[in-house]
Amino acid sequence: MSETQTPLPTLPDEGGHFGTFGGRFVPETLVAALDELTAEYFRAKEDPAFQAELDRLLQEYVGRPTPLYFAERWTERLGGARIYLKREDLLHTGAHKINNALGQILLAKRLGKERIIAETGAGQHGVATATVSARFGLKCRVYMGAVDMERQHLNVVRMRLLGAEVVGVEAGQKTLKEAVNEALRDWVTNVRTTHYILGSALGPHPYPMMVRDFHRVIGQEARRQLLEREERLPDLLVACVGGGSNSIGLFHPFLNDAEVRMTGVEAGGHGIRHGEHAARFQGGKLGVLQGTKTWLLANADGQIELTHSVSAGLDYAAVGPEHAYLQSEGRVNYTYATDDEALAAFRELCECEGIIPALESSHALAEVRKVAPTMGKDQIIVVNLSGRGDKDVEQASRYLL
Amino acid sequence: MTTATTNRIDSTFSALRSQGKAAFVAYVCAGDPDMARSLEILRALEQAGVDIIELGVPFSDPMADGIVNQMAAHRALEAGASLPGVLGLVRNFRRESELPIVLFTYLNPVYAYGFEAFHHEAAAAGADGVLLLDLPPDESARNAELHELPDLRHIRLIAPTTPADRVPMLARASEGFIYYVSREGVTGAQTDLAEGIADNVAAIKRHTDVPVAVGFGISTPAQAAEVARAADGVVVGSAIVRRVQEHASDPDVARVVGDFVKPLVDAVKSV
Repeated sequence: MSETQTPLPTLPDEGGHFGTFGGRFVPETLVAALDELTAEYFRAKEDPAFQAELDRLLQEYVGRPTPLYFAERWTERLGGARIYLKREDLLHTGAHKINNALGQILLAKRLGKERIIAETGAGQHGVATATVSARFGLKCRVYMGAVDMERQHLNVVRMRLLGAEVVGVEAGQKTLKEAVNEALRDWVTNVRTTHYILGSALGPHPYPMMVRDFHRVIGQEARRQLLEREERLPDLLVACVGGGSNSIGLFHPFLNDAEVRMTGVEAGGHGIRHGEHAARFQGGKLGVLQGTKTWLLANADGQIELTHSVSAGLDYAAVGPEHAYLQSEGRVNYTYATDDEALAAFRELCECEGIIPALESSHALAEVRKVAPTMGKDQIIVVNLSGRGDKDVEQASRYLL
Repeated sequence: MTTATTNRIDSTFSALRSQGKAAFVAYVCAGDPDMARSLEILRALEQAGVDIIELGVPFSDPMADGIVNQMAAHRALEAGASLPGVLGLVRNFRRESELPIVLFTYLNPVYAYGFEAFHHEAAAAGADGVLLLDLPPDESARNAELHELPDLRHIRLIAPTTPADRVPMLARASEGFIYYVSREGVTGAQTDLAEGIADNVAAIKRHTDVPVAVGFGISTPAQAAEVARAADGVVVGSAIVRRVQEHASDPDVARVVGDFVKPLVDAVKSV
């Protein structure tokens, strides 16, 4: 059961819209599969047996609840607000992605699908999907951009060890967007036998809603843990936003707590002015990509633009539609951190807390570095440490060692 | 100028229907391999006897297309194609031809151009219809800025997986012709045609008088003739685009395309 009362308008609507955003902009060939998935998801949501199995596996297999850790030395160093880290990095497979992968594979079993496909950027969602596919004995194929395969090689090896087939995508800029295209093509072709475990709060309805719901556990736990420890709610939540799954998971259970401010941090890459970034709220426009209406990076002709980020997981041209809605409503503030800022935060957390964060999460940490010193010592920030940085050590060493 | 009442797509199907013939619909990507040769390819298609042209407006992320059409879009974009450029191609071809033209693309380029402006200007350029692969009628009804205007006929896809209770809605929302996707998957030539085409076409026709064309995977004259027996139109796309790909550096690529298409058209007309 939800730990929050949720009187905000219950979104999305029946068609998957968050205000004007979201929806289901897909070829007719996918409509039936999305209808089937939506119906089964609502049935599962109301099924106590499904919830019980999900809860049990989240606890025993995935390692929930994750700690809410008071980062004492980092707080001291920054000299302002008290900083808590939500330790999703401690989950099985090393990132929040497994919350959703587990939920969706239980759905796939209910739907009688025999084959799983997924896209992956940083590889964390691919690893999580390969993991649950092994756990449930389903065939698994993961699409990954060739550029990402190189910069996240460790995760490619992990997926293969877990029995998944990893298919490199050579089209376009060879990163997450192209991997999603390939996964969608596979799904269109094999829709009767295959479930597509989409890894972010993106794509056509029901994915943004369903992925969010499977990650709400992050915010539910953080809320309960902070109330136990501090007997109050946080002043500020901070999380990185690629598609936006870890951030929506943290934010959503707090949306009705008016006193809680929230900041989503996009990838600023080399800087917004240079056009080499993935900050959709900074330089983007409204459009439709991969099934959803949202803010995205495109040229004047509507062709999707190349993006850049040091972190493969944030290197994507569109933002999840619920984030577009929350931005339009002014409920969540969206900003960005550059590659350099993220790397500096990465280093600082290693040095003063003994925690190696994912480069994605380091964008959220970079924002904390900026704002914590400006806040009072009686104020509280909760930042989502969405993943661990083992996968990034090679890349980070090139910049930092 | 095209109006809601007289449209080249409608008059073409009605003329063919009175002759008892099926339409041959050819898909090519505009601007592939470049705009000049693209115009020559359109001329070659007309000379080969094609009835309707589906003209792809290239998009960077064509998620419903197979590799052949993806590569075509890529070549066209690399050669500088854009939506305004494609409308220029239509305008040029329209000076010399009355062949119906359906613009076949994804929503985002049209969204960026402006949905309403696109309708007016595409029709003014001489286009007759549009097929937006990722804009289902549900969403055009839901989004005020996506309300369809009568300047263009709105072609819809129906798939083998389309639920039976959804077919009547799609059939009612269709104009010009219905594009029945003969198999699950993305665009691309196949050696085996899906079974049950005739039954599925008949099921659609129970809900509408709009002609039904069948496509996805047709590449040989025998297949084209087989489909022509079951449907009002036969769509061939990737098989033609593959010829463009193979001869992209050939100045005379249009002749190659024409030579490939002619026997396919003849097969359809033999039925």
